Amino acid sequence: MPTVGVKRDFLFKALGRTYTDEEFDELCFEFGLELDEITSEKEIISREQGDSKASGASDVILYKIDVPANRYDLLCLEGLVRGLQVFKNKLEPPRYRRVSPDSGGPQRLIITKETAAVRPHAVAAVLRNITFTQERYDSFIELQEKLHQNICRKRSLVAIGTHDLDTISGPFTYTAKAPGDICFRPLNQTKEYTATQLMSLYRTDSHLRHYLPIIEDKPVYPLIQDSNGTVLSMPPIINGDHSRIRLQTKNIFIECTATDLTKAKIVLDIIVTTFSEYCAQPFTVEQAEVVYPDGKTCIYPELAYRKEKLSAEFINKKVGISESTERIAQLLTRMCLLSQPTGVRDEIEVEIPPTRPDVIHACDIMEDAAIAYGFNNITRTTPPTYTVANQFPLNKLTELLRQDMAAAGFTEALNFALCSQEDIADKLGKKISQTRAIHISNPKTAEFQVSKACSNYTHRPLY
Amino acid sequence: MQKLSFGKIGFSKAMSNKWIRVDKSYEGGPRIFRTVESIEDQVREKLLLVKQGNAAQLDEKEKNELKKRKLLAEVTVKSYWITKGSSFSTTITKQEAELTPEMIATGSWKEKKFKPYNFEAMGVAPNCGHLHPLMKVRTQFRQIFLEMGFSEMPTNNFIESSFWNFDSLYQPQQHPARDQHDTFFLSDPALAHEFPLEYLERVKKVHSEGGYGSQGYKYDWKMEEAQKNILRTHTTAVSARMLYKLAQQEKFTPVKYFSIDRVFRNETLDATHLAEFHQIEGVVADKDLTLGHLMGVLHQFFTKLGITKLRFKPAYNPYTEPSMEVFSYHEGLKKWVEVGNSGVFRPEMLLPMGLPEDVSVIAWGLSLERPTMIKYGINNIRELVGHKVNLQMVYDSPICRLDS
Repeated sequence: MPTVGVKRDFLFKALGRTYTDEEFDELCFEFGLELDEITSEKEIISREQGDSKASGASDVILYKIDVPANRYDLLCLEGLVRGLQVFKNKLEPPRYRRVSPDSGGPQRLIITKETAAVRPHAVAAVLRNITFTQERYDSFIELQEKLHQNICRKRSLVAIGTHDLDTISGPFTYTAKAPGDICFRPLNQTKEYTATQLMSLYRTDSHLRHYLPIIEDKPVYPLIQDSNGTVLSMPPIINGDHSRIRLQTKNIFIECTATDLTKAKIVLDIIVTTFSEYCAQPFTVEQAEVVYPDGKTCIYPELAYRKEKLSAEFINKKVGISESTERIAQLLTRMCLLSQPTGVRDEIEVEIPPTRPDVIHACDIMEDAAIAYGFNNITRTTPPTYTVANQFPLNKLTELLRQDMAAAGFTEALNFALCSQEDIADKLGKKISQTRAIHISNPKTAEFQVSKACSNYTHRPLY
Repeated sequence: MQKLSFGKIGFSKAMSNKWIRVDKSYEGGPRIFRTVESIEDQVREKLLLVKQGNAAQLDEKEKNELKKRKLLAEVTVKSYWITKGSSFSTTITKQEAELTPEMIATGSWKEKKFKPYNFEAMGVAPNCGHLHPLMKVRTQFRQIFLEMGFSEMPTNNFIESSFWNFDSLYQPQQHPARDQHDTFFLSDPALAHEFPLEYLERVKKVHSEGGYGSQGYKYDWKMEEAQKNILRTHTTAVSARMLYKLAQQEKFTPVKYFSIDRVFRNETLDATHLAEFHQIEGVVADKDLTLGHLMGVLHQFFTKLGITKLRFKPAYNPYTEPSMEVFSYHEGLKKWVEVGNSGVFRPEMLLPMGLPEDVSVIAWGLSLERPTMIKYGINNIRELVGHKVNLQMVYDSPICRLDS
């Protein structure tokens, strides 16, 4: 479960009231979150590096909250607050709109055919007239990092790049070039490097070295440049220093490059919906146009609102409650799924916003209705299923044998199935190929190299 | 000064108190110089106190320091008063341990002294065999399931294909649990080849395109990924096989299944986690089961373990929706602790198998090691399972009564 660290007082301020630790824990329990730890920056440093390093660090109370792995919209303070506010009926779910630019055409990102070999997809969007404070800025960076670690599968599926639009000028080109042909000044560096040099430079960087293998061995590396040849980024490794975002940045160009287009679209939607609240026109996102090698164009972000129709009976039946159509629509709206009875019998029309990519089936909607109702408010009932039980014959025999073997004076031992090759072959004077052991391809240590084969575990017929 | 026998005593203390100093570069060899005019020799005063019989005036710390410097020795003298007891005699007689038939016949028992029986003594432990406590707990759980009408699933295969372990459960191929870090992949035999092909096609479609009311995950589903053999990460893979088999029946019949068997995870190891452990799983498949029914079954199951106070928390599993974590109130710790995980299987998993639309399948699971460690008071899992276990633990472990 991903963990999000938020400053407690900021959270309470945004929620409009303070909670005791117990009350907040209770709220988390109801909603499906877990208050994992209450700590402070000072405590964390103290724990990891010793008390002396911690002096001078912040005492501000931090809440570490575990969020479900499929809720990308809750991965930062803004998302958590929005989710909880709507849940508590303190806020209407915001309406996100994609708008065209005030003047001129949309920013364009042109993809060339070279990218197909290494990282074919890209999406983009613009956040206009945004206002950052230090907290908002930190949150913005944190969200990208959390997304990278989770849905982006450590940048291998999607990589996010955010840039100060006022320092660059479109149209932007997303291409791929040989490592030797790429040269730019990366983020936080003072001089220019070629891509080959960067690979060696970052080999010792504790954070970035994990991403190098994603493109290292490819003949060409991905590269995004603006119309003047300024490098925005070399995904998925590092952005250029020129277009870095600062506290004063007003206009942001976001690009996501990917090997999985669906995930790239989700990631883009999550970032823009979360931070568009800080734009001069809140909850609006300026569109960008992506041009494919074959000339096809696509407008992003999608910000799609999907509608699904289901019946109150469906929800009532699956959960085991009996609520009216209106009440169910209200329950769903509290989960950011804006719902209305359609007036046709007990039909409800549910609108799934772009912040909820985890809702892919009516059962996801049904779960949200149950959460809003409160799991612990549901009456528990016994299933009327009548069955006669059967024991698995092998286990039945095993149980009988165990008893009598113990009665005969033997002690039952419980050993590991995983062991080293030495243990079952060399140390017994046998050749490993003669044992009927199965071999593990990714053991963490020598102790997990093979699994002892027993007569039960050889060929098992598949249906 | 060094040549005198008592020269060394106090030298280093005098140096550290800066009463004297050594000049190593003095002509004719190192020389010691006085640095202060007069000194107050506290050590001497304390020792004098002891000599005068006022040792009690010294505190513990001072006493210990002097003892350490070997200037003071504490000698304990024990003295006893001895008086004659009632059985005093100048000869030693041996007490008889047994009453023999000869003693009775001759009447000599009247003059003998008999050693009294010691009913407090531990008897000789009889030679016996022992069952392993983890297996004892397993037997009890098996009993509970059988009492509830659950049939045992055939779980005698540690090896499973990724298809049955993940894909058929609607767990996407890019899911972190399918990583090298979390799952054991096999190099030999590396791939599985026999699959029910029509079913496989439906699984492929629901992952990559959707269907059955679902948007799907919308990614490229790869056959090679599904073929990879692994050591199963959960017994839910067997549940999937059983449900598929159920779906092939002409007419649907409701079922209740369970299994308790070994699973393997390639995760970080610590005091409570091993690479292999046992999972307990229960499954009920019937028409129109609700979340309320799942809670009801869980209450029945946990009541048999003596746990009656339960609370449910929304959770997330790739293959169940809704999912609930089960918490019970621990009287000793005075807080709610997690005792299991549960959920209703997703339609994307059940419908491609061919199960009727109105059939719901509810399931729950927990580990076997955790309740065992709590019951038998063991903190480190390595003391319970594996070859490094102290067999005395197995010999000494009492019978397993789960409901008390």
